[in-house]
Amino acid sequence: MSGTAHAGGSRAGMRKELPEHFKAYRHVWVFMEYEHGAIHPVSLELLGEGRKLADRLGGELAGVALGGDHGQMIEVANAAFAHGADVTYITAEPVLAHYRNEPYTRAMTELVNTYKPEILLLGATVLGRDLAGSVATTLLTGLTADCTELAIDAERSLAATRPTFGGSLLCTIHTLNVRPQMATVRPRVMSMPKADPQRTGRIVEHRLDLREEDIVTKVLRFLPDRDSNKAQLAYADIVVAGGLGLRSAENFQLVRNLAEVLGGEWGGSRPLVQKGWITADRQIGQTGRTIRPRLYIAAGISGAIQHRVGVEGADLIVAINTDPTAPIFDFAHLGIVADATEFLPILTDTFRKRLSVNRLAG
Amino acid sequence: MHIVVCIKQVPDSAQIRVHPVHNTIMRQGVPTIINPYDLFALEEALRLRDRLGGAVTVLTMGPPMAEDSLRKALTFGADRAVLLTDRFFAGSDTLATSYALSMAIQKIGESWGTPDVVFTGKQTIDGDTAQVGPGIARRLGLNQLTYVSAIGAVDLAARTIEVSRRAEGGVQELATRLPALITVLEGTSEIRRGRLADALRAARAEVTVWNAAQAGITEMTKCGLRGSPTVVKNVFAPKGRATKASLLDTREKTPGELAEAMMARIFDALPGIEGDLLAHAAQY
Ligand SMILES: Cc1cc2nc3c(=O)[nH]c(=O)nc-3n(C[C@H](O)[C@H](O)[C@H](O)COP(=O)(O)OP(=O)(O)OC[C@H]3O[C@@H](n4cnc5c(N)ncnc54)[C@H](O)[C@@H]3O)c2cc1C
Ligand SMILES: Nc1ncnc2c1ncn2[C@@H]1O[C@H](COP(=O)(O)O)[C@@H](O)[C@H]1O
Repeated sequence: MSGTAHAGGSRAGMRKELPEHFKAYRHVWVFMEYEHGAIHPVSLELLGEGRKLADRLGGELAGVALGGDHGQMIEVANAAFAHGADVTYITAEPVLAHYRNEPYTRAMTELVNTYKPEILLLGATVLGRDLAGSVATTLLTGLTADCTELAIDAERSLAATRPTFGGSLLCTIHTLNVRPQMATVRPRVMSMPKADPQRTGRIVEHRLDLREEDIVTKVLRFLPDRDSNKAQLAYADIVVAGGLGLRSAENFQLVRNLAEVLGGEWGGSRPLVQKGWITADRQIGQTGRTIRPRLYIAAGISGAIQHRVGVEGADLIVAINTDPTAPIFDFAHLGIVADATEFLPILTDTFRKRLSVNRLAG
Repeated sequence: MHIVVCIKQVPDSAQIRVHPVHNTIMRQGVPTIINPYDLFALEEALRLRDRLGGAVTVLTMGPPMAEDSLRKALTFGADRAVLLTDRFFAGSDTLATSYALSMAIQKIGESWGTPDVVFTGKQTIDGDTAQVGPGIARRLGLNQLTYVSAIGAVDLAARTIEVSRRAEGGVQELATRLPALITVLEGTSEIRRGRLADALRAARAEVTVWNAAQAGITEMTKCGLRGSPTVVKNVFAPKGRATKASLLDTREKTPGELAEAMMARIFDALPGIEGDLLAHAAQY
């Protein structure tokens, strides 16, 4: 009943004129996700998208920096300015040192209620989703998750497009009668804007009256992932992936071999996760990682819509498949009808030779 | 302890087809299943009950036929099932859904004891938003624990719970107080095979069915379409790329020649990548 069930249903009483109380809500905000000393790249990607929306609305673009250390938040603000923000709201308080739902929800809703943004964007990361859901419910506003496209329509309303029904369709969702309009976007769905280190902006400091004693949830420990490469898949320049066409877990090694020679990352389609050939963090597609590499090579992958939406941002998609009618050839740029278990080793050798020959020559 | 698990009946989206001309969902004959992510939540709930004693109540909001999924949950070992169904709920987005469910959970608390933990799945496969769990937590003032991969020490007397949750780049171990809302990460624990005794019991069990009024919901403006700030304005099929892949001609060529041709085409299409590859290779 929830979610997409009302697809297509239009609603009586939709307003054409912007109501008076909406006019207090101006500008586009991007939550700057900052953890363990680093800004999540998705926040910078969102600034690129937010810039376009703000220009369209004739408003400002703002970053929101929440954290424990004021100096770090100034750095976050500078990165936000370099990537297109005009303003950064900073709340630096000890209770915000590590992400926890309660103080972050408090900080965010307080900022929104004080400065009233028209649009609030967050990354659809683990942290962003945890926060967005509580902020939207606290503000009793709409939240559209995992958007793939954001635009402003003729009525000044945010048109947020997202996949629905397992990715087989797209739908455009609007938030009526409430502000701010909230949306999340997955990493790598939007492209990274060029940074301009000369750009500067205004900083607005906001204190939060919240002490550690007031917060029920405590962080006991943080255990970083051992394999530090794991998170890299989404941001890799080159990705080689395999699907069921490889026929066995042993054959998957062929994918890893090519990835290694190319200095890239490797991943696979969802059935391989279900079969236990690869771990879930290597899954590419709608319910796995979205990738945006320069080069994507898919071996033995049919190209189902759920896979396709995760790879369409690649500059060059190369497919190896025995079936000339496989859907992957509908969106790949370059392909070969061949048995991947035979062709992958030969392709790997070809690259290896070229790269080592040239190295000796150079 | 009393545990509530929210499950949703969803169309098996692996079997959904889109009408090629009208762009409409062809639901006919598509079987419904319990949202796969909710089964992980149910299993964690059952384990917690087995560990500490108490009862598990499963709750769903949906059309009358959603009773099937509740009965299924009973065969796995849930103790009690509640179906929240009313035409007023039709068209609910996540805000309206979390409102209705939180009201029902409150009513469940009044009827059978305040829940110590509420479980939801990580997300649904049809709505796919991962928002309903946090929405319920917020509305009921439960401490929110999302993407939980393991439940550690629970002290019912001190009202504390420790969990591990998947965070960006690692695992975060948290301690908080009960009552809490937990959304369960997939792959934590496969759903058990129900015992015969539970299957027999499930077949005969009463499912409690509540309409809005019976669940104590009086503010109908917070339900269904009226209570949903978001509106779907347009549904459409993804655009295809205009041109298909350019296929290498495999006739009268050796695999080696084909691989050479593919490499050349890749270098052609991506100026600069050859240099980058060489730079990378040089490091090894
Ligand atoms: C809600 C939902 C979410 C989903 N999310 C994802 C997701 O995030 N990511 C994802 O990938 N999938 C996802 N799926 C699954 C998706 O629908 C497909 O089932 C899946 O992508 C298919 O995987 P595959 O291409 O490896 O296998 P198949 O579809 O079985 O394709 C195998 C391909 O290999 C080819 N082949 C066979 N032998 C060879 C050979 N020797 N050499 C070369 N080619 C060969 C075949 O011609 C075929 O095209 C999702 C599904 C649902 C319902
Ligand atoms: N109609 C519903 N009835 C019961 N539980 C639901 C319903 N909709 C969502 N949920 C729960 O909320 C979780 C997240 O759903 P969603 O926000 O739609 O991705 C699901 O895994 C379910 O546990």
